[in-house]
Amino acid sequence: MYNQENCRFAKTHEWAFAEGDVAVVGISNHAQEEISDIVFVDLPKVGQKTEVGKNCCVVESVKSASEIYAPVSGEIVEVNEALNADPALVNREPHGNGWLFKIKMANPAELDNLLDFNAYQATIAK
Amino acid sequence: MGTETLQKTPLASRCEMSGGKMVDFHGWLLPVQFAGILAEHKAVRENVGMFDVSHMGQLFIEGKEAWPFLQYVSCNNIKNGPAEGTYFHILTEQGTIIDDAIAFCLSPEQFLVVVNAACVHTDFEWLTKQAKKFGVTVRNESDRWGMIAVQGPKAVETVNCMIPGVEDLPRFHISPLTMFDAEGYVTRTGYTGEDGVEIMLPSDKIGLLWDELLKHHVTPCGLGARDVLRLEAGYLLNGEDADQTRTPYEANCGWVVKLSKENFIGKEALVAQKAQGLKEKLTGFVLTTPGVPRSGCKVFVNGEEKGVLTSGTFSPLFKGIAVGYLASDVAVGSEVEIEIHGRRVRAQVVKPPFYKNRV
Repeated sequence: MYNQENCRFAKTHEWAFAEGDVAVVGISNHAQEEISDIVFVDLPKVGQKTEVGKNCCVVESVKSASEIYAPVSGEIVEVNEALNADPALVNREPHGNGWLFKIKMANPAELDNLLDFNAYQATIAK
Repeated sequence: MGTETLQKTPLASRCEMSGGKMVDFHGWLLPVQFAGILAEHKAVRENVGMFDVSHMGQLFIEGKEAWPFLQYVSCNNIKNGPAEGTYFHILTEQGTIIDDAIAFCLSPEQFLVVVNAACVHTDFEWLTKQAKKFGVTVRNESDRWGMIAVQGPKAVETVNCMIPGVEDLPRFHISPLTMFDAEGYVTRTGYTGEDGVEIMLPSDKIGLLWDELLKHHVTPCGLGARDVLRLEAGYLLNGEDADQTRTPYEANCGWVVKLSKENFIGKEALVAQKAQGLKEKLTGFVLTTPGVPRSGCKVFVNGEEKGVLTSGTFSPLFKGIAVGYLASDVAVGSEVEIEIHGRRVRAQVVKPPFYKNRV
């Protein structure tokens, strides 16, 4: 749905996929593997304003809580309500139905500051 | 700190070969998970799983006064019938908890005490110091032994194929065994709330048992699943839920204290505390709204801070569960709020255990 090749990535493992001036945000496949069994997602509130790098969501596994940082600035316009009933969607489809929230971008040029797929892959290569 | 400086159990390389994600646990390199915490939890609750618990300590207490000595350093009544085991706490003079352990009676003059890995040295020094008043010796054999906990409703029948007769071993009893040409012990114990056994073999033989259990399709499980299982069962994690600032009464373990015993270390302090009453007690919480409570989260009643969590997790059976120290004036059944990442979620005060099983 949000093919990784067409996403932009933050070094903190979030991806952003632009649909006009709205960015769909999720976490990378690498991130969901590291976090493992996701059991709860504390989603942001619709209407909430956020800025690049600001913690706006928490993904919980059995063992730990991982903060999710906004990859771009703007306003949260939609959250993935399906995760309330099935948080493991983030593990199963990190680039599909496991997206987290959508941001109406204040400045779409911020996307250019993010990594493309190949550059992101290079950062996680061991 | 790199993992190369950590102590390795004799099963460390096998754990890695089985896909274990290795972490630092109190200076030991141990698997936090294999296939996944949820799958491992399910294996133990419904089938059979195994844990490398070789990091735990083995202290041998020997001498004519072995039993009176243990009675003196334990707040519980130590059973001294053949093969009997007793869960107990080792206390300071102030009645606070140094460690929780199990003492097994090997003979009237020899007991095996199995202690927490992080406390081996503290326990050994403390017991050695106390032993001077008694005609006993304390031997630390922790480095000599490997240990595997096999847990779950199918645990005993699985192990019975390898150790015939183990199904007749009663709960909390020990039996010597010979396996792979080595002498060891098997106990009908565990820390998961399920039936099962724990098997001790010399370090150079324990790997053969791991291999044999894998052949019998026993699921390797890590510290992550172990923590969820023990918390569901209402068992203490020493160092988190109890330490040298807490007494067994405060830690909701009053049943381990036998004030009817003539004398034991910490008795005076406990008698005084019992007369005074408790300010705080370890209590259970079940979230009634979604979220995962963690150690350190604060507990509020009508906006007033009344406690703090010491353990919390996501339980596949009960969702968000936790234990923590709560002011004694807050009753079981009360509605409280727990602050998680700056957000307050609703929870109910309950009496542990969360998971009740026949064991």
